[in-house]
Amino acid sequence: MRGLSVFNIVSLTLGFAFLYIPMVILVVYSFNESKLVTVWAGFSTKWYGEVIRNEAFLDAAWVTVRVAFFSATLATVLGTMAALAMMRRGAFVGRTLFSGMIYAPLVMPEVITGLSLLLLFIAIGLDRGVVTIILAHTTFAMCYVSVVVSSRLVSFDQSLEEAALDLGCTPFQAFWSVTLPIIAPAVIAGWLLAFTLSLDDLVIASFTAGPSATTLPIKIFSSVRLGVSPEINALSTIIIAIVTVGVLVASVVSKRQIAAARRDEVLAARA
Amino acid sequence: MVNELGFAPWDDPGAAPLIRIERVSKRFGDFAAIDDLTLDIYPREFFALLGPSGCGKTTLMRMLAGFEAPSAGGLVIDGQDMAGVAPNKRAVNMMFQSYALFPHLSVWDNIAFGLKRDRMAKPAIADRVDEMLKLVQLDGFARRKPHQISGGQRQRVALARSLAKAPKLLLLDEPLGALDKKLREETQFELMEIQEQTGTTFVIVTHDQEEAMTVASRVAVMEAGRLVQVDTPDRIYEQPNSVYVADFIGDVNLIEGRVGALGDTVRLDWAEGRSLTGQAGGALTPGAAATLVIRPEKIAIARDEPTEANRVRGKILDIGYLGNLSTYHVALPEGPVVKCSVTNRSRLSRRDFTWDDEVWVSWSDTAGLVLGA
Ligand SMILES: Nc1ncnc2c1ncn2[C@@H]1O[C@H](COP(=O)(O)OP(=O)(O)OP(=O)(O)O)[C@@H](O)[C@H]1O
Ligand SMILES: [Mg+2]
Repeated sequence: MRGLSVFNIVSLTLGFAFLYIPMVILVVYSFNESKLVTVWAGFSTKWYGEVIRNEAFLDAAWVTVRVAFFSATLATVLGTMAALAMMRRGAFVGRTLFSGMIYAPLVMPEVITGLSLLLLFIAIGLDRGVVTIILAHTTFAMCYVSVVVSSRLVSFDQSLEEAALDLGCTPFQAFWSVTLPIIAPAVIAGWLLAFTLSLDDLVIASFTAGPSATTLPIKIFSSVRLGVSPEINALSTIIIAIVTVGVLVASVVSKRQIAAARRDEVLAARA
Repeated sequence: MVNELGFAPWDDPGAAPLIRIERVSKRFGDFAAIDDLTLDIYPREFFALLGPSGCGKTTLMRMLAGFEAPSAGGLVIDGQDMAGVAPNKRAVNMMFQSYALFPHLSVWDNIAFGLKRDRMAKPAIADRVDEMLKLVQLDGFARRKPHQISGGQRQRVALARSLAKAPKLLLLDEPLGALDKKLREETQFELMEIQEQTGTTFVIVTHDQEEAMTVASRVAVMEAGRLVQVDTPDRIYEQPNSVYVADFIGDVNLIEGRVGALGDTVRLDWAEGRSLTGQAGGALTPGAAATLVIRPEKIAIARDEPTEANRVRGKILDIGYLGNLSTYHVALPEGPVVKCSVTNRSRLSRRDFTWDDEVWVSWSDTAGLVLGA
């Protein structure tokens, strides 16, 4: 490998500065003693204590996680089913229209998605709360899942499923024991994408959340409107820490899996 | 070979076929991959499908296995009409041309896959899988994944997997193409053994006509979705019903001409004032275009003029040495080149003939067939 040129170093530094300076500032000020966000008054962790004692934040966090978990799971099931139907060999009537319709919400402005869902919930008289946010997030996350899963299914060899049928599987067993394990990485990636999309979402959640349930992004956004507090900085730092740990764990696990696969290969070669 | 035991249910009007394909067509859009095909295959047969690429062999197999529904016609297997019967409900197993091994499962689990669906007891599954692994000589590879073995080994795993369930009907789509000659011959022998032991009916697609000749009780030659000839291997070889079949199976000389006198044998006028004789291979009308079909091994080569009914003089154009045989390409002054193969009987090469020698080639009046164009 060649060393980095001056140009490389400069562009790398600029890029990382652009990405991380805002976050670094946020983290640094979360340890600020002062209540004034922009005035440094010494190191303290007291805002973290405040966050942990803040019932409203904890409730919102819990709602967010539950919403993300359930909507990601639902979206994964529905999105995978849609992708399978779309990618099946042999066109059915209206297939192009159908697949277009599945992907349309991807480019739809979130405000419109949120508004239309709100109207729907009002029309059917569904009280806004955790359930409505889950439904709303499922709706928009499922197209992302189906995009991810379809791109894997393109290269899926249909004859594998036929072989399973030939060996006595029902279509469902064939899907469960052959197709699903093979496309599992894409399905898991789809779930993770849906989960993060749901964690992130502010716009759609604010349309569909009710007084009984507020997600963390809504909570943070509304507190910031009253002025940035060091408490919000502390909360955001915690979220950054959790995300970082999650990413690290995921990469370590996948490295381990690769290593285990290598070991298998060596063992197999020796056998 | 099955044949030599007097096994010929196709000649017995009382025999019940295992597979009855009745006027089946399969169209993909406007294109007919199978065109009004009728065929009976009998229990315990080893039936070979031969034909050029794209003639519909795989399509026919896929209809038998249940992956494609015929566009027209009926399919009966073991007395049961197969219309609307799902693949998993058919006592048929197929070995896929692309192998279709499950990439996430080990070789062992691939072979055990079908057995597990049958709710077989665990120890019985293990025994059966080990038996299959031994059969295809892959004992040491049970724990590997399909991507960790060679192409030929993968092919053998696919074969073992389709054999494991001991189905009533086994469809093999080019099962041995990726194997070397020695292993292929061994596996052919194994297949015939299995066939004899289990009484399974085999339908095999192959591009290797020698393989079809070796293993098959009957051979079907296909062209563009239709059957051209269905017959025992020896009849396919010696009594082809058309120039297409003769040309497709084995090496052959084709000499074109017009039908002359018809009698016990047929005279074929093939050049100004020159004629050859052969047996009639079907109905012929005097004066019509026809082709004399003669196999290279039935032609003798000599320096002095022989006495046989058909003899022509020419010059050696090329000599092909194949180890056991030598093939001489003799160019006739009238145009055609005649191939003639001679067994190399002595080890020390005593070449009687060499390039550009003037020689006579000859064959008897019953050695060749005259077939209408
Ligand atoms: N799903 C399909 N849609 C359209 N055409 C098809 C389809 N499957 C097969 N065909 C066409 O039908 C014809 C027969 O195909 P098939 O696979 O049966 O050939 P084959 O005899 O098995 O050839 P090969 O020896 O190359 O395997 C081909 O021309 C092929 O292009
Ligand atoms: Mg084929």
